[in-house]
Order: sequence, then structure tokens, then C-alpha cells
Amino acid sequence: MKVGVLALQGDVAEHVSMTRAAGAEVVEVRYSNQIEGLDGLIIPGGESTTVGKLMERFGFVDEIRKHAARGLGVFGTCTGLILLSREISNSGQVRLGLMDFVVKRNAFGRQVDSFEADIEIQAIGGPPMRAVFIRAPYILSVGQGVEVLARFEDKIVLARQERHLACAFHPEVTSDTRLHRYFLDMLAGKV
Amino acid sequence: MVEKATFTVKKGLAEMLKGGVIMDVTTPEQAKIAEDAGAVAVMALERVPADIRAQGGVARMSDPAIIEAIMEAVTIPVMAKCRIGHFVEAQILEALGVDYIDESEVLTPADEEHHIDKHQFKVPFVCGCRNLGEALRRIGEGAAMIRTKGEAGTGDVVEAVRHMRRVMSEIRRLTSMREDELMAAAKEMQAPYELVVQVAKEGKLPVVNFAAGGIATPADAALMMQLGADGIFVGSGIFKSDNSAARARAIVDATAHYNDPDILAKVSRGIGEPMRGLAAASLKEEERLQVRGW
Repeated sequence: MKVGVLALQGDVAEHVSMTRAAGAEVVEVRYSNQIEGLDGLIIPGGESTTVGKLMERFGFVDEIRKHAARGLGVFGTCTGLILLSREISNSGQVRLGLMDFVVKRNAFGRQVDSFEADIEIQAIGGPPMRAVFIRAPYILSVGQGVEVLARFEDKIVLARQERHLACAFHPEVTSDTRLHRYFLDMLAGKV
Repeated sequence: MVEKATFTVKKGLAEMLKGGVIMDVTTPEQAKIAEDAGAVAVMALERVPADIRAQGGVARMSDPAIIEAIMEAVTIPVMAKCRIGHFVEAQILEALGVDYIDESEVLTPADEEHHIDKHQFKVPFVCGCRNLGEALRRIGEGAAMIRTKGEAGTGDVVEAVRHMRRVMSEIRRLTSMREDELMAAAKEMQAPYELVVQVAKEGKLPVVNFAAGGIATPADAALMMQLGADGIFVGSGIFKSDNSAARARAIVDATAHYNDPDILAKVSRGIGEPMRGLAAASLKEEERLQVRGW
């Protein structure tokens, strides 16, 4: 299993070590031609406007869409969730539109409102996950093909659509690899 | 249980800014230019460091009206500066809801002995350093992000290079020490022992470390990244140059692709004159901002 971590901006190193710990071969993706041959791509936490602009400037948007059509799975955390969306309620910024949901940016507020909390995620099993939300978005509404995997205070914070997974918090800043393993299982067709 | 303002949450925002550029801005229009260029955050100020340097007098926290106008203008994080030791300015910035506070040597210090007890705040702090000991003292006080001091407002990268090299080489030195040598190392660099042990074990700072103080070109930004910076602060370098939007974008692109000389060559082309600048070596001792704080 070969997974790329988009290495334009954000907490790339954290995702690299989590994904390696979860058992995949990992590459840092700095150029769009590195996506060829990957089973999965992770879009890390970062600043969504920055990552979106860099993706446009360096030819990633069409390339990721093209490979998603042939079966590339994409896992996005926070910024990655925003970029995976079909629509952003409070911004016209670039997005991939690979998942059929509407997201709200900075939906929980500014940094002083950032928080961590325990989240129940049935799909990954085991005890609740400690989830770190940083100026986090949440999903306002989902289309038919989207499965809601977790909520925090009835806000959707984790969702799956076929081979794509979107998460409003940052599993990569903890030591809990369950979501990364779940993504690898998705790519392998086990879940 | 829901917890706010934990150290994980505080340093977490800085982790999300890695590989990015934080730009000094003085108006909502400049903040928009920075956001459009791809800045990961802006630093809201009344005057950029080059103007503070030129105009002299006492430099203080900005007018809250300016900071609020900038917070209104952009969706990216907004940082603001308070004076070293001026914990009431910090309280005011926290009340405004800024995303990060820079306890900064660019402003005139309010306390020559004590820095702010940053553990008391919900909002995270970034602080400047010239060496590892200074970085670890600030982290000990609660800073969730570190930056090199460099020499702000000069457009001369030499001091930022000096400080980044010093921090990185002192980290490497700690990792090669025997455990029973670490207390003496902590004593020598006047740093909290527990943090010295942690750095020796992990081979890196416990928080993100950006470069600041004199970065004016895409090449400067890439140089600091190659020396080990996690990201870049650009103060006067953008809005004191003659084509701010083009330069801002080029510095963002150069920071993302700091290891690719072909891209660096491409983005450095035709972006106008950089800020004129001021050789850091020509400054008199009392003009050096980096000696403020300890």
C-alpha cells in the first residue's frame, strides 16, 4: 500500500509518521506527477486558503481529480476536509469537490475557541478518540452517497464517501493511529 | 470531557502554519493582499518594523481598532504584538480574540527583567530567540511557538541566519551528550532542565520554530527553510518593496518549494525591487532590537 502526503504546507511530518506507523509505504508529494501510482493521498492540516492556492499554482487540482476518477482515495484532515468538499458555505476558495457535502470554515470560532474532546467513532471500534479541533470546520449537510461516521454535539466532524475520508479534527497530532489504519483498510477494500 | 486552551491546542495551531509565511500588515487592504498571495496568517500592526526603526519613540501594542479591522478583512489567523513583559497588553489582545500573541522585541519592552507568564492565557504566544537557551526559557514560560529574532526592520538576513544556525547546532550538540552531562548543559544555557532533557531525547524543539527578522526575498525564505526553519515571518520585506503582491506570492511559493532551485529561480524573476534595507552590521548597539529581552 503506497500513500502520499501532500507536502505543500501544513503538518506534513505528523501525517507521514502516523501513516508509516499504520503500516503503509509513505511518500511526501511535492509535485503533481508524484500522484501517479499512489493508492491514497492525504491532505494534511494547514491553512486551507494557502494549500488551495498552492494546489492551483502547481497543477494539483486537475491531477488529483483525474486520479480520484481512476480510484485514488483521499483522506483530508481539517484543511483537507475543506478542500474535499463540494461547497464551502462561507468562502468561494478553490476545492476539489470529491465529496458531496457543504462545509463551514472556522465553524467553531477563532483560536481561543479551539478545543479537544472525546469523540465516539463506531467505525474504528474501541474507546472514544481524543480529537483536537483547531479553528476547525464542520460539515453542515451531506448528500446521499456520504456516510456520517462521527458527530460532536450534533455537528458532523467525520464522513466517508466511497474511498474518500474527511475529518474536521487532527488525529495526526495525537498518538492514536486508528483513523489512519481505517483509511488504509478503506483503500484495501477491507471496510 | 471538552478542554480548551490545552498546550496541544495552543501549539497545534502553530503546527498547522508549518511550511507557510506569516506577513506583517498595517491595513485591511494589505491583509487581503497577504491572504490572496497565500499567507498562512497575518501579523496586525500599526507600523512595520522598518518604520518603527525610522521613526523612533516608544513602540506599543497597536490600536485595537486596527487589529479588529484586519480580523474582519481576512479568514486566516490574525496575530498581534505586545511589549515584552506587558501582560495587560496581552490581556487586551486576548479579549480582542486574536489567534496568536507575539511578545515582541520589535516593540519597546515594558519589563527588562520578566517576560509574560504565558501559561495564564488561553491565547497562545510566539516569542523570539537568539539561541536554544532563550528558546527554552520562553517555552518554560508557556510560549507555544518560537521564532528567531533576527534583526527586524533591516531587510538583512544575516542575524536570522546566525540565530537559526545557533539554535540548530545547539540542538545537535545536546543530542550527542551523555545523560549525566545534561544538567551542566542546562546550567550553561540557563534553560529549564526538563526541557533540555526533552530536546536531547527528541532532537528537536518541543514547539514549532519559524525564522524572522530580515527576510526580504524568496531566496532568503528558502535559505531559512533549508537551515531548518519550520516557516517564515516576513515583516517589512513585503510592504516596503515596490511590488508587494508579486513579492508576497513569490515568498509563499519559495517557502513551499524551498529545496527546488528551478522553482526558486522562476518565482524570483521580475518581482520588482526588494526593500532597500539597512546592513545589520552598521547598527549601533542601542539600535539593535534583538538584545531586548533575555
